[in-house]
Amino acid sequence: MPQAMDQRATPPPREYTDGSTAIVRAALEAGCNFFAGYPITPASPILTMMMREMPRVGGIAVQGEDEIASIGMCIGAVMAGARALTATSGPGISLYSENLGLAVMGEIPLVVVDVQRLGPATGGATTVGQGDVQFVRWGTSGGYPIIALAPSSVPECYHLTMKAFDLAERFRCPVFLLTDKELNMTMATVALDAYRPVDVRPRPRAEEPGRPYRYTPAEDVPPLRHYGAGETVRFTGSTHDERAFITKHPPTVDALNRHLAAKIEEHRDEIEMAAADLDPRAETLVVSYGVTAGAAREAVRRSRAGGAPLSSVVLQTLWPVPEATLRRAATGVRRVLVPELNLGQYRREVERVLPGMDVSGLNRVDGEMITPEQILEAVR
Amino acid sequence: MTTTITPLATYRNDLPYPFCPGCGHSPILDALNAALVNRGTDPANVVIVSDIGCSGLSDQYFITSAFHGLHGRSITYATGIKLARPDLDVVVVMGDGGTGIGGAHLLNAARRNIGITVLVFNNFNFGMTGGQHSTTTPAGAFTSTTSTGNLERPLDICGTVAVNGAGYVWRGTSFDADLPDRIAEAMDADGFALLDIWELCTAYFVRSNKYTRRAFQTTLDELGWPAGIIQQRPDLPEYAAAYRAAAKPGRSSVSAAPIPVTQRSTLDRRYTLLVAGSAGGRVRSGVRLTAQAAIRSGLYAAQADDYPITVRSGHSLSTLVLSPAPLDFAGVGVPDALVILSEDGLAKSKALLPRLSPESLVMAFPDVAALETPARLMVLDPGVSSTRLARADHGLAACAAAVSILGLFPTAALVEAAAASGRLAEELGKVVAAGLEIGAAAR
Repeated sequence: MPQAMDQRATPPPREYTDGSTAIVRAALEAGCNFFAGYPITPASPILTMMMREMPRVGGIAVQGEDEIASIGMCIGAVMAGARALTATSGPGISLYSENLGLAVMGEIPLVVVDVQRLGPATGGATTVGQGDVQFVRWGTSGGYPIIALAPSSVPECYHLTMKAFDLAERFRCPVFLLTDKELNMTMATVALDAYRPVDVRPRPRAEEPGRPYRYTPAEDVPPLRHYGAGETVRFTGSTHDERAFITKHPPTVDALNRHLAAKIEEHRDEIEMAAADLDPRAETLVVSYGVTAGAAREAVRRSRAGGAPLSSVVLQTLWPVPEATLRRAATGVRRVLVPELNLGQYRREVERVLPGMDVSGLNRVDGEMITPEQILEAVR
Repeated sequence: MTTTITPLATYRNDLPYPFCPGCGHSPILDALNAALVNRGTDPANVVIVSDIGCSGLSDQYFITSAFHGLHGRSITYATGIKLARPDLDVVVVMGDGGTGIGGAHLLNAARRNIGITVLVFNNFNFGMTGGQHSTTTPAGAFTSTTSTGNLERPLDICGTVAVNGAGYVWRGTSFDADLPDRIAEAMDADGFALLDIWELCTAYFVRSNKYTRRAFQTTLDELGWPAGIIQQRPDLPEYAAAYRAAAKPGRSSVSAAPIPVTQRSTLDRRYTLLVAGSAGGRVRSGVRLTAQAAIRSGLYAAQADDYPITVRSGHSLSTLVLSPAPLDFAGVGVPDALVILSEDGLAKSKALLPRLSPESLVMAFPDVAALETPARLMVLDPGVSSTRLARADHGLAACAAAVSILGLFPTAALVEAAAASGRLAEELGKVVAAGLEIGAAAR
């Protein structure tokens, strides 16, 4: 067809880039104007780029003396009106832990990138892993819900970074972007029209001074007030009333803690994202996320090309678990395969959501990626 | 934006302090209140950042803005607030406990000279958790965790922050009549200001050590430490101001850099090339330029690099994956072609050699060409080039040779990609030309 040939003659413009660059670009387009971080492989390129970019766009970027200082500065800056990003890897998330709880409790919008590497401890600094999946979910005391998004390609690094900023504003909470060494540091060819920007909502001004928090209705999210906007603003990480004064009054404490959970749990439909690619004839469903999803998509293509139907769900939201999507996608299949670069952390969730289903894992913790061939072998 | 409003008689709200009788916290907070009244800043533009401990309750007794965060981290929040809004008055209220757990923040904030004011409520022990010893407990003192007398020397807070470049440092006690003036003076100072305010913990330290206000001077004398203003350095730049002064607007280096498609590759399947060399051979940048040339030829390229943490020594490996279709998976098991440039590269890729297929091709520099492999073997001799190549040119030259030998895409795309390399265009163009000569000779 002449038209098709024309398209081939002028393909959409492409670039050669990596996930780190896509994340930084998206953050800047999302209006991020504060960054603090500490060097750690494989998250350092984000720090380096932010330190270079921020002064150019009128923002602030600081290299903290450690991870604790870095996330602390971000939280302080948000309370002074900034839109903030920080980035680290698993060992750094360990040091973020207590301040993540502060951001949950104080209802601070903040985007936290975890570029996963192989753990535990120092582990493999330049080695890919997906071992922080449960860690980011349960990584601070109290056990309250958290939002975590997991891009599976460079364009998704861009899209989900912007989405993370929007969700952080929407729900006044920390939002994880869970990536990995390969996604962030492998150079890839990206068609420019594959980048999908997100309108990041502006931060609304609250209507009632002196009341920075609100617990009823539990699922509602009060607008954030920040310092230096003409009125006194209080913030606290202790259990507090709606005016941010410390309290142990049981009904107030109960309302506060239920609000922290309800504002996320009651709005799951706004948060949960997944790409389902289903074949009604398929007996097997592959559930994947992050860098492993690339191999899953390739395996699905090859399987179908070979005449074997195969279904796939790629999760973009890991927390909260897109339960309805998983249940829908699993309707009619006989088994589910969950490939991941850990010993079955997300398989636990899939098993929980799909009781009675034959759920198996394909797991690597040797620092190498799961290949499409391994997935094809496992679904055979 | 700092607006001066009608002077307030007090910055306190109507809540009474909760502190023990005789505790130094109340007079220090009264002194802070007097300083705030004296300075007259809009209370909304004053942020009291409180640490943890009894002093951590302090912000609740003021009509100012407030931040009550984690133990030891108050200085980090204050730094973030000040960086984002340098016009705000940011006052940290912390105990001596915070100078221990947050010691790194204390000295780094002093070193940066960030324009915050830190009031250390220093009563030599943890009052809220049961009178345990802290970093400032005097040697020999009895606490609930030093039953035989403290074996540790106390931290010289003032000396530490002063030697690291704090803009204003003062040491005194909660009984000092000039405390309100010193707090106001510290808040007026541009840089990092710290007041080490010694006070009595009547619940624990006073009872365990029969400590009185007269003992402050004895302790100072024993340690040989000065009191009063210890350092004033208005000459040192304040960090938030220095950051803004140094910032220059500029073009973003992360905006998309589209690569035009000007050539056409006939490659009809996924093809993988591993280039194995040494640090300093510009393997990664050579493969990067090759990938850009492939994209110019309508292909999709992906590249994963492998190198030791000691970036300037040891191996440097780069894997290039090319495909006429978008690449979802860029992993490579056994490559279709392997380029070996050095002993380092050979050592890291040796295990692959017996696994290569007979259709695949190994291209090796002469000194590492004595190989055993089922693949076809070809020697790349940089000596045949009319240009004398430096070691730093080997990566790109070998890539250009390999592309010409394998026919992955038109070599003209390599020439174009080099020409599009800005100030490096001429240099890279010569290396590409040399690489094409090497490739022609090898064929």
